[in-house]
Amino acid sequence: MTAILSVRKLEKTFGSVVAARDISLDIPAQQTVGIIGANGAGKTTFINMITGYLRPSLGTIWFEDRDITGRSSRQITRLGISRSFQVAQIFSSLTVMENICAAAAIARGPRGALAHAWRPLLSADTVGEARAAAELFQIGAYRDIRAATLPQGVRKLLDIAMAVVGWPRLLLLDEPTSGISIEEKFSLMDVVMTALKSRNITVLFVEHDMEIVSRFADRVLAFYDGTVIADGAPAQALADTRVRTFISGTRTVPEAVAGAG
Amino acid sequence: MSARTNLAGASAFVVLAAAALAAPAWFVSLATIAFANALVVLGLIVLWRAGLVPFGQALYYCVGAYTVALLARWVGITDAFVMLAVSGLIAGLVAYVVGFLLARYREIFFAMLSLALSMILYGVLVKTETLGSTDGFGVATPTFAGYAPHREALGLALYWLVLAVGALCAFAVSTYFRTTAGALAIPIRDNEIRIEFLGLSVNDLIHLKLVIAGVVGGLGGALAAMSIGHVDPNMSYWTTSGGFVFVTILAGASSVAAAFVGSLVFEIVRTVAVDLLPGFWQMILGSVLLLTILFLPEGLGSVFARLRGAPDRGAP
Repeated sequence: MTAILSVRKLEKTFGSVVAARDISLDIPAQQTVGIIGANGAGKTTFINMITGYLRPSLGTIWFEDRDITGRSSRQITRLGISRSFQVAQIFSSLTVMENICAAAAIARGPRGALAHAWRPLLSADTVGEARAAAELFQIGAYRDIRAATLPQGVRKLLDIAMAVVGWPRLLLLDEPTSGISIEEKFSLMDVVMTALKSRNITVLFVEHDMEIVSRFADRVLAFYDGTVIADGAPAQALADTRVRTFISGTRTVPEAVAGAG
Repeated sequence: MSARTNLAGASAFVVLAAAALAAPAWFVSLATIAFANALVVLGLIVLWRAGLVPFGQALYYCVGAYTVALLARWVGITDAFVMLAVSGLIAGLVAYVVGFLLARYREIFFAMLSLALSMILYGVLVKTETLGSTDGFGVATPTFAGYAPHREALGLALYWLVLAVGALCAFAVSTYFRTTAGALAIPIRDNEIRIEFLGLSVNDLIHLKLVIAGVVGGLGGALAAMSIGHVDPNMSYWTTSGGFVFVTILAGASSVAAAFVGSLVFEIVRTVAVDLLPGFWQMILGSVLLLTILFLPEGLGSVFARLRGAPDRGAP
């Protein structure tokens, strides 16, 4: 398998704060990668650099044999990398269907704003894709409900559906299950992962629940202090001593390490 | 549904055009000014839907008006159609240039910056002696492709011209509202981040809205200048802009027709108020605005929307 995403020596500093350092890794196409790490470990900084929200201080990012380092979010989105958000970013005055239609019209339309002044929002293509996405993420029942009044789980699914209508090859999910009750987490992730697999999308997802990570990830990246401290299959990465100490909390902190940290 | 809306618009146009033959001259002249101003309000609605309230839309109104006046004075052109085309073009060009700056701002900063720009034009005009300073100057009587009417015939011709331009602009803007760029107004208000991460520039979308609002504002100013027969720097003063915001609140942003209804209601209320209480007419206008905000927060246009059972979401 060839790598869809390759990062080399990635570093991001804010003044004297090092938010990310020395990150080098390859993600093969269609792999599902779970990203774990405590708050402030650099997970979101990593995602923000890949999606162009932050410009890396050092290092390079390659996506499908293209150097995308330092490109704008808009350019990167157009190249095929999409993202969802920890707090669902939806159009709250619109209905579910209108949300997906708007997303489809933008993501599948031309780049320039002016070109969008000559295309109807509700074209056959837009509506067809929106229906397919609503079906795929099982939110068709809510199609005429205003987004502001949706239950949290549906908001999350809508957010991800809107990221998918442009048919990205790589999707970054920032905490897809945050704010969701424990009972609902697994069924939500089932829907999401089945949908993404059916579209052959490579997935990077940030997650705090280790059970979710073990169940859905092919591979785990464990972040600590701005860098990757473990990278491998879930069973292997989650068994790592440092991961158990600093992230999953299944191993108590030894005195010496605590003092050094 | 859009076909039905267009049919309703076309019928209203025919009725309004025919009504001028029966209506008294003072009312035709009032309606002419009201519908010319409605064009500026139409532009405001385009921005309003995206959550932007421009407090300086009089800038384009004034640019359009002075273009008409100067075309006659400096170039000797009095043909209404040519003057309109040039006014719309120049106002659009001004909007395009200042748009590079304005499209980057939102909310109160957008409102204040647009206000500042219109006041700059006001300041320049006041200081320009050759253009009559605060007094302004007269506008030559327009001709219509060779036809040169006078008095009542001129009034009627101008009314029909305003009506025709208004109908064209209303049709164009309502078509724009159904395109992706136009329909994204509410998404812009709701969530800019999502639009950016779907791959489209919000600033570019707003820049386009500014140009559209500028062009229709310029056309409104041009028609007003022809109807009034005079231009002065007050056309760019902040109270003029405030008047357009007033009418937009009264009309609501739910439909393009609301701009015309709202503007006509505003002119009638103002005329009646001045008639009834010459010294306190602003009090009546103020009360009308207060009542609108209290009982029709989405404007007169929302009455039609409510009757149709459609959800209201026009105002920011």
